Order: sequence, then C-alpha cells, then structure tokens
Amino acid sequence: MKHTASLPDRSMLLIASTIISGIIAYVMILQKNNIESYFVTPVVMFFCFNLYFASAWNVSRVAKIVAFVGVLFIGIPMIGFTNSLYLQVAVTICIFAAMSLGLNVVVGFAGLLDLGYAAFFAVGAYLWAIFGGTQANEFIAGNLFPLNGNLVFIFIPIALFVAAGVGALLGLPVLKVKGDYLAIITLGLGEVIRVLANNLNKPINITNGSQGVRIAPNPETSPLAFITVPLSEATGIPFFQMQLTMYYVLVLLVVLAVVIFTSRLDNSRIGRAWVAMREDEVAAQAMGIPLVRTKLIAFATGASFAGAMGVLYAAVIGFINPNDFNFERSTQILAMVVLGGLGSIPGVIFGAAIVVSLNQLVLVEISRVIGLLNLPPRFDPTQYQQLIYGVILISMMIVRPKGLIPAKRNPAKLENLEHGELAKGVK
Amino acid sequence: MKKRYLGLAVLAALAMGAEAQNKGVIKIASQTPLSGGQSKLGVAISNGVRQAIDDEGKLITSLGYKLEYAPFDDQAKSEQGVANANRMINDNDILGVVGHLNSGVAIPSSEVYARVGLAMVSPANTNPLVTDRKSTVNVASRICGRDDVQGPAGADFIVQTLKAKKIYVINDKTAYGEGLAAAFDARAKALGATTTPIGIEASERDFASVLNRAAAEKPDVVYYAGIYDQGGPLLKQMRAKGLKQPFVGGDGLDGSDLQALGGPENMKNVYFTTTAVPLSSLPAAKSFAERYNKKFDVTAEGYAAYGYDSARVIIRAISSAARKGKPSREAVAAAVRQVKFQGITGPISFNNRGDLPVAKYVIVSAQADYNDNKVNKIVTVAAPTPDLK
Amino acid sequence: MSAELFFGLLPITVVDGLSIGLMYAMIALGYTMVYGVLEFINFAHSEIFMVGAVVGVELLVNLLVPTGLHPLFQLVIAIVVAAAVAGALAVAIERVAYRPLRVRNAPKLVPLISAIGMSLLLIDVMRLILNPANPNRPFPTAGSYDFFSQQLDLGFVAINFKTITVFVVVMLMLAGLVYLVNYTNLGRAIRAVAQDQSTSSLMGINVSNIIVLTFFIGGALGGVAGVLYALKYGVASPVMGFIPGLKAFTAAVLGGIGSIPGAVVGGLILGLLETLAGTYLPLMTQDQIGTEYKDIVAFGLLIAILIFKPAGLLGKAVAEKV
Repeated sequence: MKHTASLPDRSMLLIASTIISGIIAYVMILQKNNIESYFVTPVVMFFCFNLYFASAWNVSRVAKIVAFVGVLFIGIPMIGFTNSLYLQVAVTICIFAAMSLGLNVVVGFAGLLDLGYAAFFAVGAYLWAIFGGTQANEFIAGNLFPLNGNLVFIFIPIALFVAAGVGALLGLPVLKVKGDYLAIITLGLGEVIRVLANNLNKPINITNGSQGVRIAPNPETSPLAFITVPLSEATGIPFFQMQLTMYYVLVLLVVLAVVIFTSRLDNSRIGRAWVAMREDEVAAQAMGIPLVRTKLIAFATGASFAGAMGVLYAAVIGFINPNDFNFERSTQILAMVVLGGLGSIPGVIFGAAIVVSLNQLVLVEISRVIGLLNLPPRFDPTQYQQLIYGVILISMMIVRPKGLIPAKRNPAKLENLEHGELAKGVK
Repeated sequence: MKKRYLGLAVLAALAMGAEAQNKGVIKIASQTPLSGGQSKLGVAISNGVRQAIDDEGKLITSLGYKLEYAPFDDQAKSEQGVANANRMINDNDILGVVGHLNSGVAIPSSEVYARVGLAMVSPANTNPLVTDRKSTVNVASRICGRDDVQGPAGADFIVQTLKAKKIYVINDKTAYGEGLAAAFDARAKALGATTTPIGIEASERDFASVLNRAAAEKPDVVYYAGIYDQGGPLLKQMRAKGLKQPFVGGDGLDGSDLQALGGPENMKNVYFTTTAVPLSSLPAAKSFAERYNKKFDVTAEGYAAYGYDSARVIIRAISSAARKGKPSREAVAAAVRQVKFQGITGPISFNNRGDLPVAKYVIVSAQADYNDNKVNKIVTVAAPTPDLK
Repeated sequence: MSAELFFGLLPITVVDGLSIGLMYAMIALGYTMVYGVLEFINFAHSEIFMVGAVVGVELLVNLLVPTGLHPLFQLVIAIVVAAAVAGALAVAIERVAYRPLRVRNAPKLVPLISAIGMSLLLIDVMRLILNPANPNRPFPTAGSYDFFSQQLDLGFVAINFKTITVFVVVMLMLAGLVYLVNYTNLGRAIRAVAQDQSTSSLMGINVSNIIVLTFFIGGALGGVAGVLYALKYGVASPVMGFIPGLKAFTAAVLGGIGSIPGAVVGGLILGLLETLAGTYLPLMTQDQIGTEYKDIVAFGLLIAILIFKPAGLLGKAVAEKV
C-alpha cells in the first residue's frame, strides 16, 4: 500500500489522455483512408486503455468518472455508429466479461476449478434461441413462436435461475471431490451438456442438433425494437446498427450490475466464507462454515451469470450451434480470468477485454502488418494467428504471473500476513 | 542534399503516375478457418482464392484497379466470423467474400454481410439454410450443392445402381454430415431400403464399436457423411476388419487424404458424390491443378477447386460491374447472380436465391491415386426452392 | 437384440476396448509422471505427444523405410528418436513456460494458461513446418509394413499385431517406470522431491535437475505414445493431440493422478467403457440412443467412480493439513 501512496497524482493526465485520444480516434474513424487504417485500431485501443489507466493509476474520482463515461458511454457508441466493428467487439467483450466475472466467483473467490463452465452458457443461449426463434414449434404445437423479442427481459431472469439450478444440480454430487478431480468432473459435465445439445434432435427435436438454432434478425425478434425502430427512422442510422448499439448499452448495464453484485458478494459473509474455504477447507469447516452449501452457492452463482449472458449472446449473434460451447470455450473463459487476475474484479474484466480484442482486433492487425512483407502464401501470417496468440499468452503469464490487475486483499490482513511470514522466517 | 530531393521527387512522380492509372483498390476477402482442427480445408479454400486472383485478376486490374486479397481466419467460431464480417463491411474496398467452411459460421456472418449488400459466395456450405433465408437472399450464393440434393443423389446411386437393401448411414455429427445424412436417409427409405443411422463425433478416430457391429449385421453398403480426415481412417479400419462392402460418401471425401489415410490399396468399391468432376478429367482443371501444385506444394483437390471457382465468380461479377467506375457492393452482389461460365467444378450459374439451378452430380469412383479418380455416373437434379425462412 | 448378437460381439468389443485403453494408458503415464512430482497438469503434454508422432512418422517415411530393415526394427529406432525429441521438447517447455512461473510462486492455475499458450504455439509451429495446406502425415503401410496388419487368431477372437506391439510397449513402460521410481536412487530422489522440495534440497538433492529429468521422462513417454498412436490409427498431424490428450488426462485422473499403475488401469477402464457403451447403447435402444452418447456414459461412470473414490481408483487420499 506504501507504493500506491507514493505514486504521483495523474488525474489531469488521464483526463487529457481520454479526451485527446478519443478525438483522434473519432477523426481517424471518420476518415476511412486506406493508409491510416493501420493506425485506427491501435488508437481506438489506446483510447479504451484509458480505463486500465483509470484503475491502475493514482487518480481522483472525477478523473475516473471522466474516463469511464468518456470511453464507455460516449466514445465507444460514437465510434461504433461509424464503424460497427468496434461496437461488435465491445459487445462481445461485455458478454465475456460478465461470464468471466461469474467464473471468477467459482475459481477466484471459492477456489473451485471449473473446466466445464461453457455448459451453463449453453443452457442460457439455447433457452433463448429455442423460444426466441422458430425452433420451439418443433415440439410445442400451435405455431406460437418466435416469441416477441422483448421477452428477452423475462428470459434473462429465467435463464439465471435455470442455469443456477443446473449448476446446483450438477454440483451437488461432485462437490465432495477436490482440486484436479473436481476439474476433470466439471470438464466431463461440460462435455455431457455439449453432447446432449448436439444429439437432442431425436427422438424429439429440441435443440436441432448440429444444425444449430437461428433467430431471424428482424424487429419482431429483437429486444427493445419499439425504441430502436423509431430511433433509426428518425436518425437515418440503419436498424441493425441501432440495434447493436442497444445491445451494447444493455450488456454494459448487465456488466455493471454484475460488477456491483460480485463486489458486494466479495465483502459479504458468503464471500468471506468462500475465501476461508479456498485457503483452508478444514479450518473453514472448523469455524462452522457449511462446506457443501457454500460450494453450491458459488457454483450456482457462477452458473447463473453464464446463463444470463447466454441469452444475450444468442440474441446478439442470432445463431448458435453446439460447437459454440465446447471445451475450448471453457478454457477461453478460464484464460480471461487467470490472465486478468484470479479473484480480481477489474482484472477479470480486463482479462476478457484482452482475450477478445486480441483475437478480434490485434491478431488481425498484426497479420495485416506482417502481410505487407509479401511473404509466400505458405508463410501467410493469417494462418498463424494462434501462434502469435500462444506467444502472447505465455509472455503475459510470465511477466504478470499474478494477473494483469492482481486481486487486492484487505490491507490490514495483508500486513498481518506479512508479519506472520516474517516471524516464521526469523524463527 | 540535392540528390536526396531529386530522389524524393522521382518517387513522388512515380507515385502520382501510379495513382493516375489507378482507379482505386478493390479487395476480395475470404473467411475460412485458418487455424485449428479444420485449418487444412480452410487453407485449401484460401489458396484456391489466391490462385484465382493470380490467374484471373487481370479481368479487374486491366480496368485500372489495384486488386488485393484479404484472407481472414474465422477460427470456425461464430463470434469470430461475425467480428471479421463487421470489419469487412466497414472496409469499402472489399467487394466480395469467399466463405465459409462451416455453415454455423456462415449463417451469422452472412447476416452481417447482408446489412451492406456484400456478396458472399460459399465454396463449401451445403446446409440449405445458407441460401434459404429472407434476410440474406440477395447476398448469399454457393457453388456447391445442397444437402437436400446431394443426399438423394447418393441414395439413388446406392439403392438403384448398387442395389443395396441394408445401409449403414454414418454421419460425423457436424452440421454438414448430419444434414447430408438426414437427406440421404429420407430418400433411401423412400426407395425401400432399410437404414441404420449412426453418429460418430468428427474428432473420433477409433471406430471399433460401429465396425464390430457391422461385421455382425453385414450391411450391403456403408454410407459416410463427413470429411476425409475421418473418412480415410474409417475406411481403413473397416477394410482391416475384413468388411469389403462398398463405401460411399459425399463431397467431403473429395481429397487426396482419402487415399493417404484410407490406404491406396483399400480404394476398391469406394465412391463419393460431388458436383466437381475429377480435376484430371478436364483440361482446364488439369492445368489449374498443375499450377496450384507448383505454387503451394500440395495436391489440388475439392476444396481448393471450389475456393478457386468461388473467387472466379466474384472476380467476374466485379469486372462486369466495374466498367463504369468502382461499383457498389449491391451492384457486385447483383452481378454475381448474372455470372455464367464453365468452372473447373462444373458449369456455374445461379438461380434467384443463389443456388446452382441444376446441380449436376457426379458419382466418382475413387482410385489408388487421387489423380486417377474416375467418373462413374452423372445425375442431374434440379435445386429445390423451399420457402424462405 | 438377440442374445447371440450380444454375446457374439462381446469378445471383440472387449479386445478393441482394451486396445484403445492401452493408447490412453500410454499418454496418461506422461501426465501422471509430471503430476506425481509437481502436482501440476502439464496441459501441453498432448502437443508433446503430437510432436513425437510427427517426428516418428517423418523419420520412418523419409529415412527408415528406404533402408529396408525389418519393420519392427525400424519402429524401435523411430520410437527411440521420437522419445528423445519429445523429451527434449518437454524440458524446453518447462524452461520457457513453467519454470519462470514456479520460481515466482505463481498461483496454481497460471501454468495451466501458459500451457494452453504453449499448445497453440506448438500446433502452429508444426503446421508451419509441415505446410498448413497439407499437414497430415500417413504412417507407412505398404510393403513390409503389412507385417503390422497380421492377426493373431485365438479362435474366439483375433488380435491385431499393432495391438500386441502396443501392449508389449505399455507393459515395458509400466515395468520400467515402477522400477525406476521405486527401486533406484534416482527414483528415491524423485519421490523425495515429490514429497517436499525444500527438505529434499537440504538432503543434497538437486531439485531443479530432478524436475528437468521428470519432464524429460514424461515427454519421452509422450513421444513413444505418439509413434504408436500413429501406427494404430495410420496418421500423424498437428491437430491430433487434443482428443487423445483429453481422454488420457481423464484416464489419469480416473486411475488416481500421480499413480503410475493407476494411469494404466484408468486408461484401460476408460477405453473399455467407451467401446462397450459405443457398441451396446445403440443395440439396446434400437438406435434411439446411438454411439454418439458413448462419451456421456464414459463420463457418467467417471463421475460415479470419483464420487465413491474421490482420489481415483489407485490414488492415495490427500492428507489434510490440520
């Protein structure tokens, strides 16, 4: 805590950096010039990185608010109206950020390794895709579907509860198992859900199997279309663009809600129980913490976030199939959590932002730049983006083994711990 | 000092000269998995596009445009495909896309292309839904067949020509395999055969369970809907178990790895249906195969040929729309539907929803060497036009 | 389903299941070796396995087949070289991706992510070397390699020579490892490091060297498994590692991760369960529930076993700190 205090106040720098980089980014986006296009993504990403500075630097509350509002509520929507790529990436980041926050509850707070997290994501996504599209007509008579898009707001809480229920149900028998054994069981359960999604097209066609489920993109199936349709008519901005902006606002609000919820959890009775259990199960049990119930709550809470985000994912992408929920997806979300910093709420959000923007922006840009070398086709860099991704993952972990923004412990506790260790060392 | 200025001036003059000739840049994009388990197929398509730009790019460059190729990696993931698609629709120079390999990625991505009328020509998506959607009916086209055409073509061959009564229908549980198998199954049953549906995950390489059962039940034919990466080992293990029945598949088996992985000695009674005749049987295709082999150091096969022809469709559409200045994306998309030429995968033209109007299916007998594959039979089937969804 | 069909299929199903199980067992030995010492799942092991397979097959096709030696002899050379390369690779991975993390006391999950990064890296480097447009490398089959296609007919069931080869190798590996770990000084050192790193370093054991050696052995086991996997399934490719790696990891946990005989038992049980489920599920349900559900059955049983034996079949129950 000492070193934080010694950092100079950088509030003005942050405000200046946010405003200036925002203006440059917006001007560049408007230009649409070919040569400049190589610099657009770095500038936009720098602009968004002001959020990282806001949480890493020693800055005043006002500067933080300027950075957050400037980037999230003014910058990204304005850039997004001109170039939907950045809006799309921002929506994806938010969806994954909320999910990583959920996984963070399980892995970071409670210390239960979950390698099958994508299963709960699948539960939510299928729930909305089946009823929000025409798929439900396959097993419910009466041609009632697709449902009105606004019912998303009812399906988000439904998915929340269903996923939490599935999480608790799956968790119940396996929570006696510890550590790596728990990891393999969750991995297995994740695969079970994916295989079920891939095969439940017979005898009754529920999930449409590998063919996937589609929600046709039109105002009837889109949430809040009664706002976006008149808005797009009034402003001349195309409907899909308006709708994407609406999704952005929606997922952003969900992320904010999740952040508030998890940070409250972190400081709550159950949050302290999780930490106690993570650090030492036996001691926690001795202190009267009911292990199974505590674990189940962690599992169900984590699962419920994934379920809710699954609904939004299905709504945004408009098409899902079982491959969206494989083991790779689970490890991807886990990578976000670990990369950002286990147990750290801002860290996990940045982890999600880094992983998504690496894949959707940075790697594409890197291969474009390398592509200028005109290498022979066999060495074409677009074929080796995952190589670069692997190198970045390894180096990030080596440089920041505790994560990009490591979890902060209660300072008083930390000092006690240090004294304790010191004493041990002397002895 | 002077010299340096002189050099700069010359450079500037050159640049301006080039600028004067140039009416701008036109890009053709492709989006396929270039990493991960399916990258081999994605790279083949991407290389096919590259070859097409080399061979026929002058149709566009001769009009005064600079032609560039922009490959993208969709990682076989829908959100990656959608993000790349959003990048493309914000690049005004990209006038056409060749893609995708997976219909699970093609369907959401093409919804994005449709927002700006960007044409997508698919080299590989046989799922009917790819062209059967209202929202994308103007932009999504394909030069490969549909499951609901290819499946019946295979069933007709197996039941009527091979006289099979009892058929094992194995699919790889992907959108491609399952869709094809379902269409096949329906037709085979209608023709009076009994079928046993079997699903094997595409990543599986051990088929003992299925083959032991086949050895006991002795089906007349094994039909496999999937890709040669799995089909080859399946065939090999089948023959090793002493099952000599005919092995029939769809266009996913069209690759030299069927021979490499299945064993050249096992190619007796192996057939697959495809719209592309073997490359060695057409002079134009043969010369393509030679150039491709020279350039990429690999045998040209089905997916490369489809990628090549898809890119040629786009090149032709652009060049016909670009005569009076750089065309809009909608103009290119409309021009795609007017394209008509003899491709190396067969005659190419489109109906009003972007399918080949009459699919000419070739039943190919696989031979020990991929380049010797022979045409066994040709059937023509009109593309169905179900209601748009 | 007739009883005749049911029992008719049983012997061959069991043999095939055990033969797949031997594959899982071989790969699982590599996981369990490293885990036993470091309590860390080397997720890049599946790619070490892949590199071993590719090296072995390339060596056979390009150098060994032209020599015309007996195929078994060729196979032995390929296995030795592949094991050496894979072992060296494992050591290099430890240096680059794991040691810096261990030195800094990173949380337990961090090496998992750098291992995932390493897997992506290795897959793409291998694609780059082999040509991404043509990454599959078939195992030689023609000519003298018909040797491996022979069957040993026992009357009620025929066993493939490939399976016999794999069986012999797995038994040699198992015996060698058990001997090494339990009856040599080196093994004593390995067990000491596994139990307590700082105490064993006080006892004069070079902990770093032992860890490097463990990775080498684990990697070499993966290399051997790679070549034999390519022999059995006929192909090596950059993306071949993932699924067998996942299954083998499951097998290692099932048997009790860290236990050497446990890995073999776990592999055999997983292979057997899978194949039995794949064969009998569709037969017993009139094809309503097909072969595609076999992983659900396998995982379901895995979960059931772990509920009753939370440390795996042969694993030791974790001693709780009190």
